Amino acid sequence: MYREYIILSRGGQGGVTASRILASAATYEGRWAQAIPEFGAERRGAIVRSYLRVSDGIIKRHSKIYRADGLSIFSSKILSLIDIKREIPNDLTLIVNSPYKPDLEGFKEIYYVDATSIALKHDLVLAGWPIVNTAMASAMAKVFNIASIDNIVKAIEEYFSGEIAIKNISAAMEAWDMVAR
Amino acid sequence: MRLRWSWRGSDMDRRVLIGNIAISEAVKLARVDVISAYPITPQTIIVEKLAEMVDSGELNAKYIRVDSEHSALAAVYGASSGGSRVFTATSSHGLLYMYEMLWWVSNSRLPVVMAVVTRSIGPPWNIHTDHQDALTVRDSGWIIGFAENVEEAFDMTLQAYKISEDKRVLLPSIVALDGFILSHTAEPIDIPSQEDIDRWLPPREPLPFVMKPGEGFAVGNLGPDEVTMELRWYIWRAMERAKRVINEVDYEYKDITGRSYGGLTERYRVEDADYIVMGMGSWCGDIKEAIDMLRDEGYRVGLLRIRYIRPLPIQDIIKYGSRSKAVLVIDRAVSMGYGGVLAGEVASILRGRTPVKGVVAGLGGVDMRSEDFIDIIKRFIEEYELDLDINWLNTYWIMKDGGRG
Repeated sequence: MYREYIILSRGGQGGVTASRILASAATYEGRWAQAIPEFGAERRGAIVRSYLRVSDGIIKRHSKIYRADGLSIFSSKILSLIDIKREIPNDLTLIVNSPYKPDLEGFKEIYYVDATSIALKHDLVLAGWPIVNTAMASAMAKVFNIASIDNIVKAIEEYFSGEIAIKNISAAMEAWDMVAR
Repeated sequence: MRLRWSWRGSDMDRRVLIGNIAISEAVKLARVDVISAYPITPQTIIVEKLAEMVDSGELNAKYIRVDSEHSALAAVYGASSGGSRVFTATSSHGLLYMYEMLWWVSNSRLPVVMAVVTRSIGPPWNIHTDHQDALTVRDSGWIIGFAENVEEAFDMTLQAYKISEDKRVLLPSIVALDGFILSHTAEPIDIPSQEDIDRWLPPREPLPFVMKPGEGFAVGNLGPDEVTMELRWYIWRAMERAKRVINEVDYEYKDITGRSYGGLTERYRVEDADYIVMGMGSWCGDIKEAIDMLRDEGYRVGLLRIRYIRPLPIQDIIKYGSRSKAVLVIDRAVSMGYGGVLAGEVASILRGRTPVKGVVAGLGGVDMRSEDFIDIIKRFIEEYELDLDINWLNTYWIMKDGGRG
């Protein structure tokens, strides 16, 4: 098994941390994983790409990802800002942070989860922004079969502690249940 | 804490870490006494993490805050003169700003260890990797190693203390890891226990000298010209001995971790190879995958990964280079008016033995995929087999479009 995923998020939404949480969770599954952020001149609000590789064996390559098995979009507005099919030309499964299923052509499957509402419900707000990364990571783990919810929880505990960890775990568990096709 | 497993009774901890955090964990395990650094992207996280460790008491070290990279290396130079085990880290313009102090450290034979998170030199302003920064200090008397992945960056840092402090060597070490590609990429790594590292890496011996308050002592004083040249000769010999020490340390490290890389070079599918690729750094992983795919297509090609460019593994380059039909060197740094930095060195060694072709690619962080390496290697083999002009050192630039809006 060898899979590649791309996360498109806004700077400040936690896309980089989401890919790292997923890499940790996949490692708990006994797999090999690699989380690569793409940093540039990005600032808060800019579109940021993060990459995730998951494999049964050691991953030697470190290049960026161009043709992903799955794509996760943390802000549905990104869909109207860039031409996804031009950016990532191959057939792939999409997960979008959205309260409803987006009307899009040309994807293998489309999943959606209202990660923004989940983040707001669990008071995951930083500097006025809902932080959707743990909810989106959990939805990705389920849809792409990257890791179990138990291992997502363990991975979240590596990155957050105390009350913040509890809020993030609650959001992750809710997203796990709510993600739909 | 993560999955634990054992290697011959040693406990290991599997964690998913970015390269910068992995380096700081290695520095902690080495029980350094003094750290001094100035922040610069993409290195900053290493010294931020070390500052947190010192603040929390997790690491019992003195952390000296300074006004620049020049001062950072000067501070650890002083501390190392006083017998301390020291660490600093930098990138790109920070390394250039240290340049004068680099020579003070190596010419004083002090076993300083520094991480260089490689980054392009501006202008244009660019925070992404190439090897130009680390290679500007090639001739300074520092040992310089390049890591391929996060785990190796960790291992190389620990090994750097053992190598630099060995009384046959007593030279400073640079551990180079590719900016962002390793410094910010999270991968699984197996971390040995403090007890195992303590047994393997005892406290630094008071060599080559230790300055103490109240004891008259002069370092770096003005002397006869002949003494200067004699001291250079000692550094030259120490660098030669370092080749053996690097191989030994890499081999014995296997007893703790089960990991060993082959010393100065790593040989990947070279034994029956007609064509040898040589390169350094993180993209060697992508090159290995390219080689695997080319092997499946019937191309007999292998990789000689240069782990240390100083001291240069001349014997390995001769051994594997001269038994192949032709050698391809892929460089992430260029000597303007000459060619790829590593290609120039390899070509000078193999002149009259094997044709060498140099490729310059990936400057300023331009991404290179396994598929790109397959194209480059195939073109190289075709040119050789068509008897085209791969005579001594042909340098090709691999250019990519994109990012121009």
